[in-house]
Amino acid sequence: MKLIKSIIKPFKLEEVKEALAEVGIEGMTVTEVKGFGRQKGHTEIYRGSEYTVDFLPKVMVEVVVDDDLAEKTTAAIVEAAKTGKIGDGKVFVIPVESAVRIRTDESGAEAL
Amino acid sequence: MKIKHSLLAVLFCGMAFLTTGLLADGHADLAMAPAKAALDAGNGNAADYLALLEAQGEDAYAFDFFTTSMLWTVIAAALVFIMHLGFATLEAGLTQSKNTVNILFKNCFIIAIGIVSYAVIGFNTHYPGDFNGWISFGSMIGDLNADGGNTFGYGGVGLAMTGYGDFIFQAMFAATAATIVSGAVAERVKLSSFMIFATLLVAIAYPVVGSWHWGGGWLGGLNGGAGFKDFAGSAVVHAFGGFAALACVMILGPRAGKYTENGIKPILGHSMPLAAIGVFLLFLGWFGFNGGSVLSADPSGIGLVFTTTALAACAGALGSMAISWIFLKKPDLSMALNGFLAGLVGITANADIVSVMGSLIIGAIAGVIVVFSIIFFDKVKIDDPVGAISVHGVCGVWGILACALFDVTDSGYTIGGQLIGVAAVAAAAFLFSLIVFGILKVTVGVRVSAEEEAEGLDISEHGQEAYPDFASSAR
Repeated sequence: MKLIKSIIKPFKLEEVKEALAEVGIEGMTVTEVKGFGRQKGHTEIYRGSEYTVDFLPKVMVEVVVDDDLAEKTTAAIVEAAKTGKIGDGKVFVIPVESAVRIRTDESGAEAL
Repeated sequence: MKIKHSLLAVLFCGMAFLTTGLLADGHADLAMAPAKAALDAGNGNAADYLALLEAQGEDAYAFDFFTTSMLWTVIAAALVFIMHLGFATLEAGLTQSKNTVNILFKNCFIIAIGIVSYAVIGFNTHYPGDFNGWISFGSMIGDLNADGGNTFGYGGVGLAMTGYGDFIFQAMFAATAATIVSGAVAERVKLSSFMIFATLLVAIAYPVVGSWHWGGGWLGGLNGGAGFKDFAGSAVVHAFGGFAALACVMILGPRAGKYTENGIKPILGHSMPLAAIGVFLLFLGWFGFNGGSVLSADPSGIGLVFTTTALAACAGALGSMAISWIFLKKPDLSMALNGFLAGLVGITANADIVSVMGSLIIGAIAGVIVVFSIIFFDKVKIDDPVGAISVHGVCGVWGILACALFDVTDSGYTIGGQLIGVAAVAAAAFLFSLIVFGILKVTVGVRVSAEEEAEGLDISEHGQEAYPDFASSAR
């Protein structure tokens, strides 16, 4: 199993969700996060004073999939979240040791 | 011949005297006649109405105008009351969410203590009758309906309301001065010290300084006897509050983290919608503030004042929008909101004596002044989270000077005379605040600790949160 953790632009969430559904993903966890990469922050202005916003708002989408779906899922996210401009985000693929569905005690791939 | 002439003159005067007396009686009879006719015809309601008319005594002839005027006065008082909600939401919106309970609590306290203290000491200090022109402490108000206080005779056309109408309208004004200070000292002032200061400011300083102008005090001798012009209080309410705020902020110091080695680090207001609601409520309330200051339902006066007030507010917003867009490179919402208020403060002194064009120019200039004033005070590290010193203090002074520049009634107001008046009011507010707030600083302290400021005054002062659901993300 793989945890696919992607950090995307917030307005791309809907498209990513639909792309994941097409791949056959049945659940996901979404978190509002803030951060910066090579894009760095940007400047805003308030009552005449400029200031730098270092941490930009992003959305983090987490899905756990079977190993054979991992590549397809990653490709779907990348395609859906891409604008081609700086700040599109990143996708991380991380190995997962085990999983349990709490309601039924199913484990492993059954639990996904 | 000479004797004959004198006799004739005496005779003539006597006749004139009699005729005037008859005419006055005639007016009263004229007002009563239809009601009496209805009573004779067996109309039961007519007796009740006649009792109302007869309570007016010899002033019954003006019953309709008096009733309309009194009604307008209490509506205007209610409009001024709603300005306090405007101040509360504006101040809450332009400060951080961790200080919202504290801001709202201060605003609750100010309106409460403002109106109560105005009854206990304020009203009769503000309007002491014959006095030395500088200071005369009054006692608590009594039955203001007594001694003709409920008739047109109380103030005639110039003050067409009952004694109670007069009181409640002025009481709503009184708390405004302290509210202005509340915004400027927000996010770091110690609550108990602020409450002591606000009480003294609204109960003593405001009515004493106000009596110099509205109480018939020494400002009436300015402008070569034409009197100081301050229609609804650019000086005695707004500049008074603004300069009191300046003194307090100078003693209090800026919020932690605002002015760093790397320049100004703005501390963002947490809700622009709340700020916008506040400004629109203030705009609405200002129709009562200025419109009610006509002090009667005089149709020509009310129409003019409503128009000049609205035009100046809008010109102020346009002025601040333009200047902030050009000068700051961005159309800043908080500046546009302050622009409305700047125009309103600017027109408050002169709404009844300027032309349409005059009101537009006064408002637009106020809108420009307020942007540069806010930037200036930030440069000199006077930290005013809501811009109260600029809006009320600086634009209040501008409104007073504008009386001399844009008066279309040729009343003889001069820049010099107006300047003396507003300087006296501003200096009194500044010095009073400097001394009282200074004493509080060295005795009980005026500022919360650095830890309390960082944690937010809602938790440290009140043990409450304005937005408990967002507790973890708010800090």
